[in-house]
Amino acid sequence: MNEATTLLRCEGLSVRFGGLTALNGLDLRLHEGEILGLIGPNGSGKTTFFNALTGLYRAASGRVWFAGAEITGLRPQAIYDAGMARTFQRSRLCLPLSVFDNLMIGNHRRLSLGLWFNLFRRSRFAQELQRHVERARVLLAAFHPHLPERMFEPAGALGMIDRRRVEVCRALISEPRLLLLDEPSAGMTHDETRELMDDILATRGRLPGLSIILIEHEMGVIERVSERCVVLNFGEKICEGPFAAVVADPQVQEAYLGVSG
Amino acid sequence: MNALASQRAVLWPAFAATAAIAGFAYLFLRVEAQWEVVALTAGALVALLALGRTRLGAALGAAWSARPAPLAWGALLAASVVVALFAEDHFALLMIATVLLYGVACLGLTIQFGYAGVVNFSGAAFFGVGGYTAAVLATHTALPHLLVVAAGGVLAGAIGSLLVLPLLRTRGHYAALITVAFAILFKTFLEVNDALGGPQGLKVPGMRMLGWSFNDNIALGENTELSFYLSYAVFSLLLLAGALLLVRRLERSWLGLSLDAVRIDETAASVFGFEVARWKILAFTLGNVLAGTAGAVYAMMTGFVAPASFTLAESLILVSIVILGGLGNPVGVLAATALVVVLPEKLQVIQEYRFLLFSGFVILVLLFRPEGLLPRKLRQYLPGWGRA
Repeated sequence: MNEATTLLRCEGLSVRFGGLTALNGLDLRLHEGEILGLIGPNGSGKTTFFNALTGLYRAASGRVWFAGAEITGLRPQAIYDAGMARTFQRSRLCLPLSVFDNLMIGNHRRLSLGLWFNLFRRSRFAQELQRHVERARVLLAAFHPHLPERMFEPAGALGMIDRRRVEVCRALISEPRLLLLDEPSAGMTHDETRELMDDILATRGRLPGLSIILIEHEMGVIERVSERCVVLNFGEKICEGPFAAVVADPQVQEAYLGVSG
Repeated sequence: MNALASQRAVLWPAFAATAAIAGFAYLFLRVEAQWEVVALTAGALVALLALGRTRLGAALGAAWSARPAPLAWGALLAASVVVALFAEDHFALLMIATVLLYGVACLGLTIQFGYAGVVNFSGAAFFGVGGYTAAVLATHTALPHLLVVAAGGVLAGAIGSLLVLPLLRTRGHYAALITVAFAILFKTFLEVNDALGGPQGLKVPGMRMLGWSFNDNIALGENTELSFYLSYAVFSLLLLAGALLLVRRLERSWLGLSLDAVRIDETAASVFGFEVARWKILAFTLGNVLAGTAGAVYAMMTGFVAPASFTLAESLILVSIVILGGLGNPVGVLAATALVVVLPEKLQVIQEYRFLLFSGFVILVLLFRPEGLLPRKLRQYLPGWGRA
C-alpha cells in the first residue's frame, strides 16, 4: 500500500459533543478503488465518522486528507466538490421532487448555475438539460431497467428499494471518487439488500477508481462486499483487517455480544 | 389527422378556458347585487377545486405543458380585452390594476416562501419601500419614471439585504419572527420620520412616460373619455406578464431546482454542494425587488403613500394569498390575489370582517387542502417535459 494510491487518510480524528466523545482519535487509511466495511454496535461512532468526513460535524482534533489535499475543517460544499458523495441512514431524498430532480441535486457540480444562463439562454439550457437527462437515464437503467420510466414521477411515489436505488444514484451521478454508504440495507429485506449490493458492485465495475466505505449491520453484506473491515466501539477503532479475521477477534466478539474473555 | 393538426386540436379547450376565465372576470367586476357576487365566488371556488379532479383539468394541464407560448399570448390577449371592456370605468380599472400589482408582489413572495422556503412577513413593507422611493424620486428628481419604478425595486432589494444576515443565522419560526419585527419597525420608522411625511405620508406624482401623462383621462373623439387608470392597468399588466415569465423561467431551471433543494433539506443540499446562503439571498432579494417594483407603480397610481398602508396586517394578507393560491404555483397565487383583493370591494358586508374571513379561510385551507387551491405541479423544465 504505497502513498500514491492512498485516497483518504485520517489521523487522530475526534468528534466531541459537549462531554461525550463520539469519535476518539481515529486513524484510518483507504486506498483508491478499495471497499471498506465499517462496522460496530449502535452508537459506536460510524455515522459520526461520515458526518465528520463530509463536513457536517467539525472535528475536535485530528486531520483528514482526501485525494491529495487536506480537507480538515472544510465546509460540506467544498468536500463534495473534492469528490466525496454519500447516502444517509434515513433516506433524505426530496420526496416532492421528481426522481430526475433528485439526481440533479446530486449532479450539482456539473450544473450551470448562472442567473443569465438559466433565465435567458433557454436553448443552451435545453441542450445542457438533454445531456443530463441522458446521463440520468443511463445511470438509472444500470440499477434497474424499469427505473428510467419513473424518472419524471415524484420520488415519494417510489417504493423503499427504488428510493434507495435513487439515493445511491444521486450520490453516484457526479462520479465521486469516494462513495459513503450509510446502512443501505436498513428497512429492506434480504433479497432487496442483495439486489441493491449487486447493483452497486456492478456500477463499481464500470467506475474502477471508485472507493466505497460501507456502514452495515448485515454481516452477510459486509462479508460479501468489503475487502477490509474496520470495527468501531465507543468511538474507537478496536480492530482492522479482512472480514474473517475481524469476526474472529475476541475484542470484536466482546463488543457485539458483551461476553468477556 | 396529421401530427400538427392533432397538436393544434388539444389547444382549443385551453383557449376556451382562458376565454371563460376572462368572461368570469368581466362578470365579477360588473355585477353589483350582493347575492350575485356570492354566487360567482362560490362558483369560482368550486370550479378551482374541481379542476384538478376532472379530465378537463388534465387536458388543460397537458395543453399548457405542451404548448405554453400560444396559450400565454392568448391569456395576455384575453386580459387586455377585459381591461379594454372597462376602459371608461375608473373603479373597475383601479381594481384590475391593484390585482395585477398585488399579483407581482405575491409572485415575489412565491419565490421567497414557495421556492426557497423563506417566509416573509414584511412583504407590504417592501411594497412600501418601493412606494416611498417613487414618492421621493418622482417629487425631487427629474429621473425618468421608468427608472423611478426600477429604483423602487432595487431599493427594496437593497433594504432587504439588511435582513439577510439575521435571516441566515436563524431558521423556521425564528427567521419568520425577524421579518415580523421588520414589518413593525418599518411602519414605526415611517411614522416618526418627518422627512418622509410622518403618519400623513407623502403625495406621489403620477407616472409620465415619453411625454405621456398617466394621470390624464384619454379623450377619444367628442363624447368618449377613457379612464386614466387605463394607462396604469396596461402598464401593470405588462409588469405582471414580465414577472410571471421571470418566475416561470426561474422555476423551470437549475435555479428553481436549487431553491427547492435548499427549502426541502438544507443538510442534504449542503452535502451535495449547494451554497444554502447564496440561494436564500437570491430568492429573498429577487422577491423584494418584485414587491418594491409593484409598490412603486401602485404608489404612483394611487397618488399617495402613508405608513398605514404598509402594516404587518397587510403583509399577512400577502402571505395568506400565497398560501391560499398554492405555495409555489404562480397561477394559483394570481387566482387567490384576485379573490382576496376584489372580494372585499365587491362584497361590502365583509369589508369590516375581511381579516376574520381570510384568516378563517386560511385555516380551512391549511386543514383540508394544505397545498392550496391550486397545488404546485412537478417541475416542467421544457414544453412537453416529462414523457419518458
